[in-house]
Amino acid sequence: MSVLVIAEHDHQSIKPVTLNVVAAAKKIGGDIHVMVAGTNCSGAAEQAAKISGVSKILKCDAPELSHRLAENMAPLIESLASSYSHIVFPATTFGKNVSPRVAALLDTQQISDVIAVHDADTFDRPVYAGNAIATVKSSDGKKVLTVRGTAFDPIANDDGNAPIEDVASKGDSGLSKFVKQELSESDRPELTAARVVVSGGRGLGSGENFALIDALADKLGAAVGASRAAVDAGYVPNDYQVGQTGKVVAPDLYIAVGISGAIQHLAGMKGAKKIVAINKDPEAPIFQVADYGLVADLFEAVPELTNKL
Amino acid sequence: MKVLVPVKRAVDYNVKIRVKSDGTGVELNNVKMSMNPFDEIAIEEATKLKEAGKVTEIVAVSIGPSQAQETIRTAMAIGADRGILVETSAPTDIGGVEPLAIAKTLKAIVEKEKPDFIIMGKQSIDDDSNQTGQMLAAMLGWAQGTFASKLELTDGKAIVTREIDGGLETIELKMPAIITTDLRLNEPRYASLPNIMKAKKKELEVIKPEDLGVDYTPRLSVVKVAEPPQRIGGGKVADVDELIDKLKNEAKVI
Repeated sequence: MSVLVIAEHDHQSIKPVTLNVVAAAKKIGGDIHVMVAGTNCSGAAEQAAKISGVSKILKCDAPELSHRLAENMAPLIESLASSYSHIVFPATTFGKNVSPRVAALLDTQQISDVIAVHDADTFDRPVYAGNAIATVKSSDGKKVLTVRGTAFDPIANDDGNAPIEDVASKGDSGLSKFVKQELSESDRPELTAARVVVSGGRGLGSGENFALIDALADKLGAAVGASRAAVDAGYVPNDYQVGQTGKVVAPDLYIAVGISGAIQHLAGMKGAKKIVAINKDPEAPIFQVADYGLVADLFEAVPELTNKL
Repeated sequence: MKVLVPVKRAVDYNVKIRVKSDGTGVELNNVKMSMNPFDEIAIEEATKLKEAGKVTEIVAVSIGPSQAQETIRTAMAIGADRGILVETSAPTDIGGVEPLAIAKTLKAIVEKEKPDFIIMGKQSIDDDSNQTGQMLAAMLGWAQGTFASKLELTDGKAIVTREIDGGLETIELKMPAIITTDLRLNEPRYASLPNIMKAKKKELEVIKPEDLGVDYTPRLSVVKVAEPPQRIGGGKVADVDELIDKLKNEAKVI
């Protein structure tokens, strides 16, 4: 048995979620190889080589992999698949885009968003916005999984010494072409990896008022998130969204400000260790999951909290 | 151009679901069912393209029980011209027809219908798999534009803006292609009464998976379905000072 983990990286360095995915791979058992596919991605490959318990890095360095388009990634991974019993992706937008394409090429039923590994065939995954957990056993010879990073503690990345092997790209499919990207620039921690998350909802009333959330987040060294309502209203960009179809976070502390708590939002943050809710509506469903609910006007309570911390 | 729009009958997004006491699945008896919200966005996008003169025919396809005909009628009331139901009594949420089998079914329909492109939801809100569009694209050897928040069709190409973890990404796809919808692609309209009436007269073909030669035997067996661990919430603090005190001394998180 051997597991191929597809790394999430930005060519120079490995994204932290890769360490959580390797942790999940370790629970499956067997040899663990990590694939780093990109352009000028030696930096990321060298970092991956230091991950504890990884026995080989497969580096595929080619110009057509600069944006890791699914049409170019999937045939590459398929070409390596014969050596592996499991192919494991992070359940990020990158992983979710590429993984089913690989699964279909291998005629295997992918298991999405794995949150627990029972054995090499049996996994837990959330369904219905996390309101039910299904334990499923795969009968496929080869398994393709996406793993929810927040469900596994990251593995150490300082004591590995895996050899790096070059593999050949399968070329450019010619089906799709990268045009541009607009990425949110932020010095704050990444939402899915942050220890503290402060999220704002429609209660903020405007994008300008999100400055209150930013100030509190800066005081706590926290990441900033948002409810779907706040994103739909245009207060903040899409990548802030926490919920069923956005990002899933599991910080030590989650502070929900002006968020009512629709089930779709709760699906993205119920895994937090402690939840604080600040909302002026005492009936808001968010209070049902909050450890510390404060019924108050956020425009008074949040600045006061920021000042007193 | 002809567009195919797969639509799924799924639990309504407002329903608070209950896990069956025997742990075999989720209770769907006497529960409100609706069109999967992402599929509504897909049919709306196709309809807008038709109104803009870029699409000539919209074919809605569903795979599910006979009641999924209602889902197809809803799609017709928004803008679909024709419908196909692949009728099956197997569950379509968990432990029944899986995304791989759905993708194979749709592939067979694509071979018959020969659409120029496909718009579909990025995931259904019951099994939350987020797989079918990507799988179908692989099987057809087509380009894929997943999690789309903007779609433009020009010069035989699709320009798709995608919602990704770090922000937005724009890609150009060769046609035919598959677009999967994210929440902000559009806001689906409410069907008007005259359009609901007209939808009843549109052509709806009902076929069986066997007619397409697709096998629905699941690859995953469901060992059990359980409630997630319940949070004990409902705690309250009187003011900001008490909140800070609790976070520091009780929860020890700051």
